[in-house]
Amino acid sequence: MSKPENEQKPLTGNFRADGQPLSLAEYEKTGGYEALRKALQSMSPKEVMEEVKASNLRGRGGAGFPTGQKWSFVPSGEGNPGPKYVVANADEMEPGTFKDRILMENSPHMLIEGMALAAYATGAQEAYIFLRGEYVRSGKALERALGEAYEKNYMGKNIFGQKTAFNLEMRIHMSAGRYMCGEETGLLNSLEGKRAIPRAKPPYPQVTGFLGKPTVVNNVETLCNVPHIIRNGAAWFKGLSRSQDGGTKIYGVSGRVKRPGAWELPMGATIREIFEGHAGGMQDGYKFRGLIPGGASTEFLIEEHLDLPMDFDSLQKAGSRMGTGTMIILDDRTCPVGMQISLQSFFARESCGWCTPCREGLPWIVKTLNSIEDGSGEMEDIDLLLEQARLLAPGHTFCALAPGAAEPLSSGVRYFREDYERHVKERRCPWGNF
Amino acid sequence: MVTVYIDEKPYQVEADQSMLDACLSLGMDLPYFCWHPAMKSVGACRQCAVKQFRDENDKKGKIVMACMTPAAEGTRISIKDPEAGEFRARVIEWLMLNHPHDCPVCDEGGECHLQDMTVMTGHNYRRSRYKKRTYKNQYLGPFVNHEMNRCIQCYRCVRFYNDYAGGRDFGVFAAHDHVYFGRHEDGVLESEFSGNLVEVCPTGVFTDRVLKKHYTRKWDLQTAPSICVHCSLGCNIIAGERYGRLRRVINRYNSEVNGYFICDRGRYGFEFVNSDTRLREPFTIPRPGNKQIKILEEGEALPHLKTVLARAKGIIGIGSPRASLEANYLLHKLAGPENFYAGFSGMESSLVQEIISIISKGPVRVSSLREAAMADCVLVLGEDVPNTAPMLGLALRQSVMQKPMEKVINELKIPKWNDQAVREAIQEQRGPLFIAAPTGGRLDGIAASAIHAAPDDIARLGFQVARILSPHAPPVEGAITEDAAHFAERAAKELKEAKRPLIISGAGAGSLAVLQAAANIAWALWEENRETALFLVAPECNSIGLGLMGGRSLDNAVKAVKDGKADTVIILENDIFDRLDFPEAEALVRARHVLAMDHLPTHTTSRADTVLPVSAFAEGGGTLINSEGRAQRFFKVYVPSERIEESWRWLRDLLVDLGRPGSEALFSLDEVTAAMAREFPVLKKAAEAAPPADFRIEGMKVPRQPHRYSGRTANKADVNVHEPKPYEDTDSPLSFSMEGYEGRPPSPLIPRFWAPGWNSVQSLNKFQSEVGGPLKGGPPGIRLIEPVDAKKGEISFFKDLPGPFAPRKNDFFDFFIVPLFHIFGSERLSAMSPSIGELVPAPYIALNPMDAETKKLPEGAEARLEFAAASFRLPVKLDPSLPRGVAGFPIGLPGLHGVVLPAWGRIALPGAENKTYENRDAGA
Repeated sequence: MSKPENEQKPLTGNFRADGQPLSLAEYEKTGGYEALRKALQSMSPKEVMEEVKASNLRGRGGAGFPTGQKWSFVPSGEGNPGPKYVVANADEMEPGTFKDRILMENSPHMLIEGMALAAYATGAQEAYIFLRGEYVRSGKALERALGEAYEKNYMGKNIFGQKTAFNLEMRIHMSAGRYMCGEETGLLNSLEGKRAIPRAKPPYPQVTGFLGKPTVVNNVETLCNVPHIIRNGAAWFKGLSRSQDGGTKIYGVSGRVKRPGAWELPMGATIREIFEGHAGGMQDGYKFRGLIPGGASTEFLIEEHLDLPMDFDSLQKAGSRMGTGTMIILDDRTCPVGMQISLQSFFARESCGWCTPCREGLPWIVKTLNSIEDGSGEMEDIDLLLEQARLLAPGHTFCALAPGAAEPLSSGVRYFREDYERHVKERRCPWGNF
Repeated sequence: MVTVYIDEKPYQVEADQSMLDACLSLGMDLPYFCWHPAMKSVGACRQCAVKQFRDENDKKGKIVMACMTPAAEGTRISIKDPEAGEFRARVIEWLMLNHPHDCPVCDEGGECHLQDMTVMTGHNYRRSRYKKRTYKNQYLGPFVNHEMNRCIQCYRCVRFYNDYAGGRDFGVFAAHDHVYFGRHEDGVLESEFSGNLVEVCPTGVFTDRVLKKHYTRKWDLQTAPSICVHCSLGCNIIAGERYGRLRRVINRYNSEVNGYFICDRGRYGFEFVNSDTRLREPFTIPRPGNKQIKILEEGEALPHLKTVLARAKGIIGIGSPRASLEANYLLHKLAGPENFYAGFSGMESSLVQEIISIISKGPVRVSSLREAAMADCVLVLGEDVPNTAPMLGLALRQSVMQKPMEKVINELKIPKWNDQAVREAIQEQRGPLFIAAPTGGRLDGIAASAIHAAPDDIARLGFQVARILSPHAPPVEGAITEDAAHFAERAAKELKEAKRPLIISGAGAGSLAVLQAAANIAWALWEENRETALFLVAPECNSIGLGLMGGRSLDNAVKAVKDGKADTVIILENDIFDRLDFPEAEALVRARHVLAMDHLPTHTTSRADTVLPVSAFAEGGGTLINSEGRAQRFFKVYVPSERIEESWRWLRDLLVDLGRPGSEALFSLDEVTAAMAREFPVLKKAAEAAPPADFRIEGMKVPRQPHRYSGRTANKADVNVHEPKPYEDTDSPLSFSMEGYEGRPPSPLIPRFWAPGWNSVQSLNKFQSEVGGPLKGGPPGIRLIEPVDAKKGEISFFKDLPGPFAPRKNDFFDFFIVPLFHIFGSERLSAMSPSIGELVPAPYIALNPMDAETKKLPEGAEARLEFAAASFRLPVKLDPSLPRGVAGFPIGLPGLHGVVLPAWGRIALPGAENKTYENRDAGA
């Protein structure tokens, strides 16, 4: 190991101060590509996979599925020669979420190296970065980095020279921009040039993915962790965390806080630590009312939850989800119905239109919320919202989009019901939105 | 078989299906939209939600979609579960949020799956108080009407049109609650299966545009089971009438023939029946030179004919491949076996006889269309399947899925009913389909290889394939192109590896050698693989039936008239100008008396001195034999107006009047069929195609009118205030009435698909032994032709091989003219339908661009096409797929008849001209 890891912040600790992306040389100075070199020269694909499994790395896209386990579903061995694919889900469209962008803009090689390791572990020889269309800056950084990697033979045929006999072609695909593309099977359809609608699971993408072939789709942050795990070992990685889940996590806060932003912290840092410590708490004149912890598609949490550790299991137990780990704060001067309209309008607009509950239910929710907000709502409308949220349960819909929308809806009505009722009783928005 | 539990009761069901399939096959009511029995599950609409339980101790359960849940051993679901029931009602509520509720003015009303499912779920009251979404509709051509506001986004249309039928000009656009199904812009739908959207759509987005012009509700239609007469496949149809006019044709499910779909020619070709030009009264035009038509009043026609026939010095009868077996049989009886001519040209006659000989004397079985769709390797030799046998083309589009699908099912363990997953796994992979034809066709795009050659070269290619497969097949002497040799190698290899190989050919190439080559391939394969199948496309709806009856060809009839052996000709439902070179046809109609029987005026009726108006398919009954050799009965849908009679009835009456012994016993259609069966043992089983006229269920007939038929007592009140006695049908167990047996009749007698709570075509589920399986009681019709058993090495392969095709350079007739076929235009009756007429292309002559250049004939230039017996002036169309020295003549397009193809002809710039046979319209 030429350079020690930044022990607290392996993901973000070596960023340049000026916000420019690390060049290949700079990345290598911080230990970049050592993991890939190590894997190709001294580890079997299976060993790489086992190391990742042992690290308890869980998917950072929101669902928290164990990464090593995901990889292990890719058929391997003699009878499964491929082609196989690795895809980085860089279609970061979850509202309030900007952690992947930070990684790609500052350390593009980290993603590339992580993908190369994932490809090596799963036997893939082609990789795609499916990048959100608006992420022009990330795109430029990645394009430059990929060029550098190819030039130095860190990518392409026989990476690191003849001996390794590992080939990998990597391409960047700029998304045309649908939230649905963040869902891995919708992403694969889109990558194939088809409509971004989800696919039935099973079969899972690890068996029938891109072009019908075995494919691993991982979130950017997930993949960025992989080089560090391989370089420093699973035990080290687990040690970074304060919870069962390995590693650090990039947490973010947006809303009326003193210092909105994102910070890499040990997995399991408490909400209060992030919100009050790093984000500095509420701006003067604003009071905290609640937050959605991990992007738009997670349940509201309130004051009593602030000491919960931000990890997958703790939030699950509290009835929410960590999601992307980037929280949005609701303050007392913002109408909770208005915020809900923003969220639900987004989901309704981004519904792909494939299954009925999502396609028809979400617009009905938006219309109902709008009528509550503009003073024409009825008390039954509030129950209708809860009923719709209940009906948009996982399994009722084809994919997780509508159930995700239902999470802030049901919890929002539950925690702020009085505000909803005031709208109906006063026949206006008490916050003066209408 | 596995045991599944539905609402705690155990059932034995097939394992390889979804729980929705299983529930419906068990006769249960479970609503659905996106699932379609032919296209299976995608899980989009969420309508078939049920509660699934892990085991008997699981009381909580979870909601799942029955269509996405495998029927695995021990699967436990509940349909009755209140939560599942509530969810299904809520799904309908969601779908109804934007549905316009315009049922009273919607053409789907009364046979709407959405209506049925809404009632089934119990959703009643609208809770939403918001505006509905609206769309702009599109013009989609003459067949299909578009009303997007009614759409419930089930995705069936796009799945059928694109995934199932291979269409490319239709799609799904936009997203969220504004998803749009249509074309990228207004325009005629390109797929020849577009009309199926009408039946595939569960509500009124895609409705029948032809029906719309003379609209009638399903419950007001008098319907009967019928058979499509527009090609040789014999697709089963339901034809419906109101107020004496045929209103529409829809699919009638037959698992072995057309399954769930029919082509647009079959759906929309029926309008010729309603044509203003229909022959409605018998008349004479006394000869010579008299142009005065004399209508033969009631009671005059038969005495007139009796006189004519009594005076005749030799009567010949000319049968018809588009008339029923019964009509042909009675003409055969009237004229006598020596004087009965099949009504085929010499070429057609030998082709049809060769087809019959190959399938009845060879060892290889003719496949049904269902089996064709299951073939895992197909070779098409010389036939333009999409234009001559469209539904076979649709079957081939499914056949190319078989091989990749098998791999996906076996290796990835994806169940075959999980349609979206199967298609994602297969992607663009297609199984082996090889096509050798004179020109490019619409299936070329999905073929592993398509090659275009002159008929003789196609035959040689076929013989080469056979030779590669079996040393018993004859070797091909002389040159064979490198492309052809490579094609033959590949095709032979794939056919040999296939489990269910299928060889397709037919009369379309006009070549006996092509048919023989196809037979040799099938036989060579059969030596190693008994699953080998053959499909030979006959030209018309009853070509095989007429061929089985025998009779010499028209050339001989012409000779008999020329030789003075006969002076009186009876022509049954046949325009001989379509089948003979013009001078030959002229010679035939110059006989002293010509009696023509037909529905519509033709060249032949215009040259006849006596014309009898005869019923079209929907106005009469009879038996047809399709290319599969399946005898199928069609039934009178309604009693034709005025003095139109079924051909067989006219002929029967004539026989009786002439005092022919035994003829008075031929009172009903059944008796005619029985007499025919006695006389022609090969047609014996044809009499079993449907139950006899005296068949009753609980003492009752099967009503042609639905029990909700309205206006029965009043709809003829403008004529007579007294309700007329219903016409008595002595020919079938169907009645012209609402009264009768309301349950499920035997499959050949099903006049409509309806079941309580199921008013749409989806009620078909209730008539099948299992969804997608045969109708209860078996598929309608009866196969007459089965192969003979043979031993390996004993097959007598065809050994008479043609030499390579050589373009002529110095002859006067310098081009080999082959027939080209158009789904809309080449078949004369359907082309008379106004909707189809809109899509009939303008006449042209097709040339290879290099030949055209040599002839100095650019695209669009007028060329003079000269045959020995006729000439035409036609614009040139360049077709690079045509071989050099071969030109394509789109037979049947307006004015393009009077010549028997293929034939040598001359193509030149128009110059000094002799006698010409300009484009003429039939009957002009």
